[in-house]
Amino acid sequence: MTDAPTVAAGAPHEGETRRDFLLIATSAVGAVGTALAIWPLIHQMNPAADVLALSSTEVDLSPIEVGQSITVVWRGKPVFIRRRTAKEIARAKADDASDLPDPQPDSERVQKPEWLILVGVCTHLGCIPLGQRATEPRGDFGGWFCPCHGSHYDTSGRIRKGPAPENLAVPKYVFVTDTKIKIG
Amino acid sequence: MTSPTWNNPVVKWIEYRLPVFSFTQDHLIDYPTPKNLNYWWNFGSLAGITLTIMIVTGIVLAMHYTPHVDYAFESVERIMRDVNYGWLIRYVHMNGGSMFFAVVYIHIFRGLYYGSYKAPREMLWIIGIIILLTMMATAFLGYVLPWGQMSFWAATVITNMFSAFPLIGEPIVTWLWGGFSVDNPTLNRFFSLHYLLPFVIFALVFLHLWALHVHHSNNPLGIDTKGPQDTIPFHPYYTIKDLFGLGVFMLVFLGFVFFAPNFFVEPDNYIKANPMQTPTHIVPEWYLTPFYAILRAITFDIWFIPAKLIGVIAMFGSVLILVLVPWLDTSKVRSARYRPIYKQVYWFFLIDCIVLGWVGFNSPDAMFMGAVSFLRIGQVATAYYFLHLLVVLPVLGKLERPRSPPESISAAVTKDSDTVTEAA
Ligand code: HEM
Ligand code: FES
Repeated sequence: MTDAPTVAAGAPHEGETRRDFLLIATSAVGAVGTALAIWPLIHQMNPAADVLALSSTEVDLSPIEVGQSITVVWRGKPVFIRRRTAKEIARAKADDASDLPDPQPDSERVQKPEWLILVGVCTHLGCIPLGQRATEPRGDFGGWFCPCHGSHYDTSGRIRKGPAPENLAVPKYVFVTDTKIKIG
Repeated sequence: MTSPTWNNPVVKWIEYRLPVFSFTQDHLIDYPTPKNLNYWWNFGSLAGITLTIMIVTGIVLAMHYTPHVDYAFESVERIMRDVNYGWLIRYVHMNGGSMFFAVVYIHIFRGLYYGSYKAPREMLWIIGIIILLTMMATAFLGYVLPWGQMSFWAATVITNMFSAFPLIGEPIVTWLWGGFSVDNPTLNRFFSLHYLLPFVIFALVFLHLWALHVHHSNNPLGIDTKGPQDTIPFHPYYTIKDLFGLGVFMLVFLGFVFFAPNFFVEPDNYIKANPMQTPTHIVPEWYLTPFYAILRAITFDIWFIPAKLIGVIAMFGSVLILVLVPWLDTSKVRSARYRPIYKQVYWFFLIDCIVLGWVGFNSPDAMFMGAVSFLRIGQVATAYYFLHLLVVLPVLGKLERPRSPPESISAAVTKDSDTVTEAA
């Protein structure tokens, strides 16, 4: 198994290219094989099938009064459901025209203006903004206020002031009936 | 150093096959150490001992801890109330984390004062910074395990930092969580990794000491040892000195454990995690507050880069930049004793770091003495942090006129040291 016999076997150049080819081919197969073997070790950390299976929630809206908010759990996160007052809707529409850090008209953020449905997670670093209860601070724009680093959201859940870069996310939802939604 | 020859046949048999006896002799007993090390040199061995304490108490805690969202908090309370000496073991581990950082921070600032990071000890320094980073990761992961309110929200806020990166950010966060929020899969993997990383640190410390033993310790004069007249054997001189330091350290450490065991923790962490409610005031552990202050100091976009991303980059950058310190500091003289200006800016830098730590404790909107917001103080302190490292260090090395250090460690004491240093 020493180098000498093969290399000395008449055509040293041929032998060398053959070896180079074998070396490169072996390394390439080895590298691809290693990558394939590593992938399961990385992907196992992504959400598992049972976690993904839990990804929709139904909510009955009938007990919610005008001006009231409730918080439901969807995928382990709070979802804010606020039945907005006429004043809040008007304010959200009027604010369409102001200088928004993440511009989006109120009409694009709701399916029915009365029902504002948002993922209740601050887009800065993930705290839960205050403002669901009437007794909690709602910030300078009447929506929500995140106490962690001071982000203010308006009555459409749009970011208006503070370090958060984006509006509160609107989850995917459908009205199953007039008083029932399915989130996710 | 020539090792003694052993006569015991068992020792000889082993030594021939695996030279552990001569290794111990060379590296722990005869090991030549500068004879002028002061007490700031105790902190390396204290760090090593603290690491050992953390590993031992941690393994014991893991025998009683349950990494599940429904049981984690209760299992920790059970350790505190029912497990024999559980309260002691947990309090030692809990306060040990703070002690570990205190000791390592002093160890690092020792290095900064005496220029221990300069050639040929750059690798030693770089491995040290990697140790620091790994320690931070370990401490963060461990803090999540008791599953209190602070645990949960620290985990949420820190993992969310990765969402600052465009495109890859969200997938990374989901991958870290193993779900769509911090939840049971997250707790499980954090436990697994919290168990692993201290052993990685152990291996890194081994490399750190290997690099140390190639060029040996620096010393308060910052000059190379010139021969046997400059050194003394590690044992018994430094074993006894380290042991004395350990006694003093233990008084402080156990003082906290027995008399103020919750001094360093937030009371909110004795409330079980509630994913639906964020505590009004989230603060990290004291040893991470300086970096938290840097994260929050950035409230403005730069061009198209959002503030959130810059904050995250500044925070990680503030640690990673330390890797470059051996090259940022352009002065040839190691010890601050012979650098009249550096000696002063060193203290500014230390105070700046303490200010950052204090700002990190306070809400950014709060006002200091009614005059200036903590946000503003944090911004000034962050600017100075980077200014010191990126501008002051390189420029000072070129402009400052250092005094000449003595020719050798022994010369500094055999002649009148003052005349040597002053005359030169
Ligand atoms: C687990 C953490 C650490 C342990 C157990 C550890 C241990 C040690 C020990 C035992 C020494 C020799 C004794 C001494 O000079 O104090 C040493 C030296 C040193 N360490 Fe660390 N260390 C740790 C972390 C760090 C960190 C985070 C840094 C910062 C970058 C660092 C930088 C240095 C330097 C520059 C030296 C050489 C010091 C000199 O001789 O002047 N170490 N370390
Ligand atoms: S997490 Fe809401 S402002 Fe930072």
